[in-house]
Parts: sequence; C-alpha cells; structure tokens
Amino acid sequence: MRTLTSLTPTPNAKSPVSLRAVVERITRDEVVHVARLARLDLADDEIDQFTQQLGAILEHAADVEALEVADVEPTSHPLPLRNVVRADEVSESLERDEVMACAPDVQDGQFRVPPVLGERT
Amino acid sequence: MSGLVPCATADTPVEPALPPGWELVVGLEVHVELDTATKLFCGCANQFGAQPNTNVCPTCLGLPGSLPVMNERAVELAMILGRALGCDVNRSVMARKNYFYPDMPKDFQTTQYDQPTNTDGRLELADGFVVGIERAHIEEDTGKSVHVGGGGRINEAVYSLVDYNRAGVPLIEIVSRPDIRTIEHARNYVEELRAIVAATEVSDARMEEGSIRVDANVSVRPHGSSELRTRCEIKNINSLRSLGRAIEHEALRHVDLWTTGSGPQQQTRHWDEAAGRTTPGRSKEDAEDYRYFQEPDLVPLEPTPAVIAAIDEALPTLPAARRAALREATGADADAARLLVERGQDSLAMAAAASGADAAKVVTRLVNDLAVDDWSAVDTESFAALIKMESNGELSASQAKVVLGDLVEQGGDPADHAARRGFEAMDSTELESLLDELIVVNPAEWSRLRGGDEVDRKKMQGFFTGQIMKATRGQADGRAVAQLLAQKSV
Repeated sequence: MRTLTSLTPTPNAKSPVSLRAVVERITRDEVVHVARLARLDLADDEIDQFTQQLGAILEHAADVEALEVADVEPTSHPLPLRNVVRADEVSESLERDEVMACAPDVQDGQFRVPPVLGERT
Repeated sequence: MSGLVPCATADTPVEPALPPGWELVVGLEVHVELDTATKLFCGCANQFGAQPNTNVCPTCLGLPGSLPVMNERAVELAMILGRALGCDVNRSVMARKNYFYPDMPKDFQTTQYDQPTNTDGRLELADGFVVGIERAHIEEDTGKSVHVGGGGRINEAVYSLVDYNRAGVPLIEIVSRPDIRTIEHARNYVEELRAIVAATEVSDARMEEGSIRVDANVSVRPHGSSELRTRCEIKNINSLRSLGRAIEHEALRHVDLWTTGSGPQQQTRHWDEAAGRTTPGRSKEDAEDYRYFQEPDLVPLEPTPAVIAAIDEALPTLPAARRAALREATGADADAARLLVERGQDSLAMAAAASGADAAKVVTRLVNDLAVDDWSAVDTESFAALIKMESNGELSASQAKVVLGDLVEQGGDPADHAARRGFEAMDSTELESLLDELIVVNPAEWSRLRGGDEVDRKKMQGFFTGQIMKATRGQADGRAVAQLLAQKSV
C-alpha cells in the first residue's frame, strides 16, 4: 500500500495527537477491518500509523460535534444547489471495440473476470 | 409502529404450510426498472436486449473523471410511483453504497440511504388487506454477469462475463414493512404492485425480463407473538411461483432451526429454483458493511409542493378503484375484474355495458377472447354491437369469437365481418330439418341417444352436435343445437 501513504500529510508537530486519545476513537482492529473492506493490504507499521491518523481525524470530528448546531441545516453539498437534472434524451454511447480494447480480458463482447462467489443483486 | 400497519396477527390465518403454532413474517423488497429513455446518470439508452456493452459510456463504466447527472424523468417517475403508493415525497439525497463486485465498475452503487425520496406509504391488496410501505427510493441498477463453467452455478463458476448495459439503469426499490403473513398475500402484493406500476406507466413491469425483481425478507415467530425474529433475505426469485416456494422453504427451515436449536443466522440466501431450496450467500466475514456516505457529485432533490400537487393531479385512477368500478358496473367477479384491469380493458367493458350490451357476455368475451397484446383496433361501439349480435342470436358464441378476431385484426363493423364470412343466423326450422336428415342417415346413433345409458347419451349428443356443426361449417349456435337435441330426443 504505497499510494495512500505518500498522500498522507505529516502530522502537525505543534499539536501532536496523543495515542491515548486516539485509541478511544478507533481501535487497531477497526482499522484492519476497514482496510479489508477497501481491499487494502497494510503492513503492521502502516496499521499503527493509520490508527493514529484516523483517530486524529475522528478527534477533530468530535470537536465539531461538540458545537451547538441545532439551528444549522446539515450540509449535503458545498454548493447551494438543488435539483440539478438533465433531460431524458439519449446521447451516443462508446464504440464497443474501443471499450473492449481497454479491458485485460474479453469474450463475446463482454468483460471476462475471475469467478466470483455470491450474487449481488 | 405506524398507524398504517394492520393488526395482522389476530385474525389472519396461519399459512397451512407452517407447523401449528408458528406464524410467517414477510417483508418484500421489489426493484422496478423505470421506463426512461436513458440511464439514471448518463445519456446511454435504457434498453433491454441490446448487444452486450453497446449502451455504455465513461459514466456508467465508472471511468476516472466521469461525473453523474441526474435524469429528470427518472425522478419524476419515482415520485409518481411514490404518490400512487400513498407515500410522503421528501427532500432526498443520493448516497454511495460501497462494495467490490464486478457488476458495478465504480465499486459503489449510487442509491438513497437515510434520505429517500418516498417514505410511509401503503398498498391495499385485492381482498382489502393493507401492507405498509416503509420507503421507495431511487437507485441505479447493476451490470449483468453470466457465470461460465461448472454447469453455470455461481459457486462453481470458472469465470464470469459482465455486460454493463444494465449498469446505471434507473430503479425504484419499494420496501414493504414486515406486514405480510401468508404466501398468498406475498404474491398478491407483488401482483398489485405490478398493476400499479403498469397503471402509472412508470415501468413496462415485465417480470420475465427482469423489469420487476423481488427479494423476500423471511422470518417466523410463535403465533400470537409480536416480536420480529432473525430474518433471512432471499434473492434470485424470478417468478411469483418461485416467490411462494422460496418463502415456504425458508420459513420451514427457520421453524426447524428454532425447534432444534437457537434459530437461523441473519444472512442473505439465494433461491435455487431447480433444487427447490435456499442456499447461503456471502460468508459471514463478507457481511454487509457498505460504508454509505452522501454522493458528493450529486446535489439534493427538493420537489416543491407545486410539483407534488401536479403529480397528484395527473395520477391515473389506480387499479383498486378501477376493479371496484368494473365490478359495480358489470357484475364481474374478482378474478375477471383483476384480469381486465390488468389488461386495461375495463373501460372498454364498462362502455360496452353502458351502451346496452349484456354485461355478463361483455366480461366473458373479453376475459376469454381478447387476451392479445394489441387490441387497439377494437372500438367500444363495434365491440358493443358484436355483443348485441351474440345476445340476440344473430351470431353463435363461436362465430362471435371469430368476428372479434376480425375486429382485432382490422377493426370495422362486426356486421360486415359476419356477412363477409357468411355468418347468418340459422333459424330453428333450418336446424330442425338438418337434424331430421341426420336422424334418417344415422338411425342406430339416434336410438342410442334416446334409449342409451348416461354415457351413451352424452356420446351421441356429441356425435349429432358434431355432424350439425360439420354440415353448417360451424355456423350453428351450440346452445340452439343442444336445445333442439333435448327437445327431439324426449
């Protein structure tokens, strides 16, 4: 797991997050669980690192939660937009050959994928 | 508990399939594909049966950088169905349901979670039983996978082939409250929902094409109890027949598990039509944990009261009201009323009856002989005229059927069709002289009809009727022939 690590900002040295505080917010096991759901394969030291960082984020959320916001409408979107819709009119789809050319494995105009257990819908 | 929830435990019968003392508890989740021209978030065609992966674009393939834009018509159809089900239409927000599975290339399904469009409705079945509707929310359909190898069974697949034509097709998922207590009501619920969907034209409502898909949440409890015990969600139910079989099998499995141990585990299970049983879906470690969050690329939907009022104004008369009106006007029985309303022939029936045609004949003729997809050429006036011709003996029942077929094909005046086919009423003297000739030619058969035992008589009645029909090329009225035979043979 490299991508996420490289994007992670260095913890602010001026306000170090105490490990004690974050342990109350999220456990190591929860981080392992969430990583598994996201199909991330984390090394041991990364699990520690993310436990601390995610704890810090939750800590911040707890700060926000402490505010009195009973009169504030929850923000669904940063922009004050409503009902952004398009007309139900067909536009051109992609050429199938073009689409299939991007796939690692195809058969009969379909994407061929490894066998999967359990049906979704 | 909402006021809409009927008190179902006291007076509804226990499903005969369950052992005494146990009660069935069922809630249904019905997915309906909305009849839009395009998908929910992109302009790809919403079309059944196209060549695989020909209705796809960067948005429904989940390619990086693509963005969804909400289909206005899909939202409108969802609100129409919501209002038809008596729901409150709310401000709603789309959410991401995260999971990894090749049927959804984005790795999440865009749906509604805590702020669905429609909530708190009700659906009244043909017998008056009311099932509460918890919610009816908008979401996108997934792609379609075909599992290849291992005899096509999913757990033995060697690989899977995925077609994304269906990915992103607009759906509405209608979630009932766990109010259903019998298999019959589960089927009736789906039938009634299908009728409402058809009446409001939000979907073509074809179960065999997957336009309507049903999942059943099944649990059992001791009769008289009001608790909700551990439920299992049964997927892969493809017909009303499967629905009944799947619920029955699952309920019996639960009773067995409660009787012999500590009961079932909450899980998703699949109905195996061929084996007649449910099998477990994902394992426990893959238990549902979808980490829903609000979709940041779509903004809230906030219909104004004026929009909702306009939808209410435009709602068609719903099937329950149409059935009642049809029965009132024609005396049709419950099954006939359901069938004719389903086919949209109730207004034809009522108009024909109102214009003086015999109401019972109108209903019978429609039920038996107008089971066709396209009957647009049949107008009220000519249909009513046809029934009158049948009623006053100008046409026999079988001739009336033929002429109705002509009306379906070509429209026009039934009298013209009857004349062209040479259908003219045979008067009774003609029939009688024909029978006299037949008696002369077949004396042995005639005496068997007069003096034989019951079986013999029946047989010979059939023989003479057949001979008369043959001689008249089917133009004789069957009832008139029967009458004549009865008179003559005394």
